[in-house]
Amino acid sequence: MNRQSNTYTILYSAALVVLVGVALSVIYQALKPRQDENIMNDTRRQILAAALLTPAEGQTITDLWKEHIVSDYIVNDKGKKIDAGVSPDKVNLAQEVKKPAAERLLPVYECQTDKGIKYILPVYGAGLWGPIWGYVAFDSNGDTIYGAYFAHQGETPGLGAEIEKPAFQKQFEGKDVFAADGTFQSVKVVKAGQEPADAAYVHAISGGTITSQGVQKMLLNSLEPYTAFLAALKADNK
Amino acid sequence: MNWKKSFIPFVNPLSKDNPVIVQILGICSALAVTAKMEPAVVMTISVTAVLAFANVIISLMRKTIPSSIRIIVQLVVVAALVVIVDQVLKAYTYDVSKALSVFIGLIITNCIIMGRLEAFALNNRPWPAFLDGVGNGLGYGLILIITSFFRELFGSGTLFGCQVFPDWWYEAGYMNNGLMILPPMALIVVACIIWAHRSVNKDLQEK
Repeated sequence: MNRQSNTYTILYSAALVVLVGVALSVIYQALKPRQDENIMNDTRRQILAAALLTPAEGQTITDLWKEHIVSDYIVNDKGKKIDAGVSPDKVNLAQEVKKPAAERLLPVYECQTDKGIKYILPVYGAGLWGPIWGYVAFDSNGDTIYGAYFAHQGETPGLGAEIEKPAFQKQFEGKDVFAADGTFQSVKVVKAGQEPADAAYVHAISGGTITSQGVQKMLLNSLEPYTAFLAALKADNK
Repeated sequence: MNWKKSFIPFVNPLSKDNPVIVQILGICSALAVTAKMEPAVVMTISVTAVLAFANVIISLMRKTIPSSIRIIVQLVVVAALVVIVDQVLKAYTYDVSKALSVFIGLIITNCIIMGRLEAFALNNRPWPAFLDGVGNGLGYGLILIITSFFRELFGSGTLFGCQVFPDWWYEAGYMNNGLMILPPMALIVVACIIWAHRSVNKDLQEK
């Protein structure tokens, strides 16, 4: 057959594409279980990091998870546990944060640490270039932040990407999200010199203004629906 | 065939015809993955694997490829191999695949790969093509590893994540050079390697 003819070219490319397509889908299917497990472990590592837990030498994430996470469930904006038909770590946060508060599924992870039970809540929002997300661990008084973990997809290294560094995350520890009169006010992320007198704040990242504002918006938007849940904790532990 | 001669496609790209420091190809990824040694090593293995297999596959197909779509055929083969490498890394070394992120995908556009397919694999038998692929992959990796050695050593004071300088050294006032971690230093380190390489190989110096 003539190698330069159109028929040959078309048949050749069609056969090539089918062959490559089949090969790739077989490999994808074969490796998927392992990849899913890696992704799940990575999520669990992030959740545990919010409660200031990291695996010791030789300890797997699964062990650490089983040791510390005593229960996980989903609540609604009234603070009541609901059965949503999905497990908390399968909730698609990117979709949830766009819904009105009353319709949201709100995952909660209860974590037993040597400083008592901590409640870890996921947060999700937008930075400058792409999504940012994280987990915030609360003390059992439902008010004080015990630890926070943030991650990002593609913020600028050295600027917005600093939100994933301990130097930024450590600032959140010990901040109260409720004002003295009991209204929810989240934590502000502000420039030095613009600290609010009446609200909890942390310092923003120089040069990472948009990402810092993104963190502030993410915290407010993602945590506000938990107000009833946190207020109930607060009332229980008075 | 002379035994020594048959290894020329393997030996040449390691030094005399090195893709990075002589042909100045693949500089972009050399900047991006050399801040630490581990990703540099993984990138070396990935590029070598993709390049060797792509060379062999294209060489096997060289008599059947219609010349009007040969670049597209090369791209499909390279892209398929890169997707396979990416999936394997995600399954077995998740942390490294997160660190390398987009650069694995960008192997597809690595100039070295298209360059070798077009210049060598299309005109040669599979065995020399395989040697050429491995040689060029390792030649590229060699520079990556030398560069990342200096960048990690002076930028973070570690090699493969293990601390190299003793603590008293830091207490005596030694500090890691933060500039080494930033991309511009990769260019400067590569330039220093080119300088050293050309002062040894005088025949490479431009008049």
